[in-house]
Amino acid sequence: MRKKAALALGYAFPKTIPVMVGYLFLGTAYGILMKVNGYGIFWALAMSLFVYAGSLQYMGVTLLTAAVSPIYAFFMGLMINARHLFYGISMLGTYRDLKRFKPYLIFALTDETFSVLCSENVPRAIEREWVYLWVSVLDQCYWVLGSILGSVLGGMIVFDTKGLDFALTALFVVIFTDQWKSRRDHRPALVGVASSVACVIVFGAQAFIIPAMVVILAVLSLWYRRWENGSRKNGKEAGKNG
Amino acid sequence: MDSVTAGMGNGAWIVAALAGATLITRFLPFLLFPAGREIPKYVEYLGKTLPYATIGLLVVYCLKDVQVSGAFHGLPEMIAVSVTVGLHWWKGNSLFSIGVGTVVYMVLVQRVFV
Repeated sequence: MRKKAALALGYAFPKTIPVMVGYLFLGTAYGILMKVNGYGIFWALAMSLFVYAGSLQYMGVTLLTAAVSPIYAFFMGLMINARHLFYGISMLGTYRDLKRFKPYLIFALTDETFSVLCSENVPRAIEREWVYLWVSVLDQCYWVLGSILGSVLGGMIVFDTKGLDFALTALFVVIFTDQWKSRRDHRPALVGVASSVACVIVFGAQAFIIPAMVVILAVLSLWYRRWENGSRKNGKEAGKNG
Repeated sequence: MDSVTAGMGNGAWIVAALAGATLITRFLPFLLFPAGREIPKYVEYLGKTLPYATIGLLVVYCLKDVQVSGAFHGLPEMIAVSVTVGLHWWKGNSLFSIGVGTVVYMVLVQRVFV
């Protein structure tokens, strides 16, 4: 068992390095932001341990300083995190037969952890549940560590970090490229980009996520019947598309 | 002092509310379709197509604040994304593509487009 865990750690760690760069940076920035708004290390820790959702935590700084009602904060949280529903649906199959770590794996399914795990094909020799666990645990460690660093360091950053947060953008771009190369049918990827861009233009950068999700769901659902018919008529063809 | 204490109390409730909301969005799909129950065909189809669309959405999410009408017309982002995609298409090494792409972007926004 210990050997299994170690083997999986060796396999999982390199995959989390881009997330490490991004999370340490964004986590530190978050810790600093909390600190300068009067919320020290315990608040930052509580958020990074129990909420553990980057964009919502950033939004949370505003919610805390404005002292909004918890009910308002709750609905805000549902809206901003609604995209997690997509991750869950996407991972239903992958996480289906997992036993020991499933609750934590679901809890820790952030944008970045999802992006690393959703197109991950673990080799047979390595136990995949351990790989999922290590990726999830390491990612949260980076995030928590960053938050602590930010709270402690305050504004003492010595080198110009402007642009370092591009690491996360690059991570998503790389996964997008990988997915593009590994799949013949590019329509789902194109629908994702096109709907999102259209919704940014129509609804603005701050409000585009929910409309974009609705449009993506609508377009994919329109294609569902064709996909279903195709898979009934011709099993081989469906295998290719799936 | 009293108002500060009250503010911290409300703050704790806000943290709890955010944690609760996040738990709901992450657990709901798994609660609706537990391991024992068969996943409906439609949801299975979504599970196969959504990951691709969602990564597309995340890329746009990261770039949503780029001002195309701004001084540099989003050129630093365009260049850095192109470099990342190009390197990745060519070498297929994630760390290499992300590392070089990020350094290129940092140089661009710190030295070139200032």
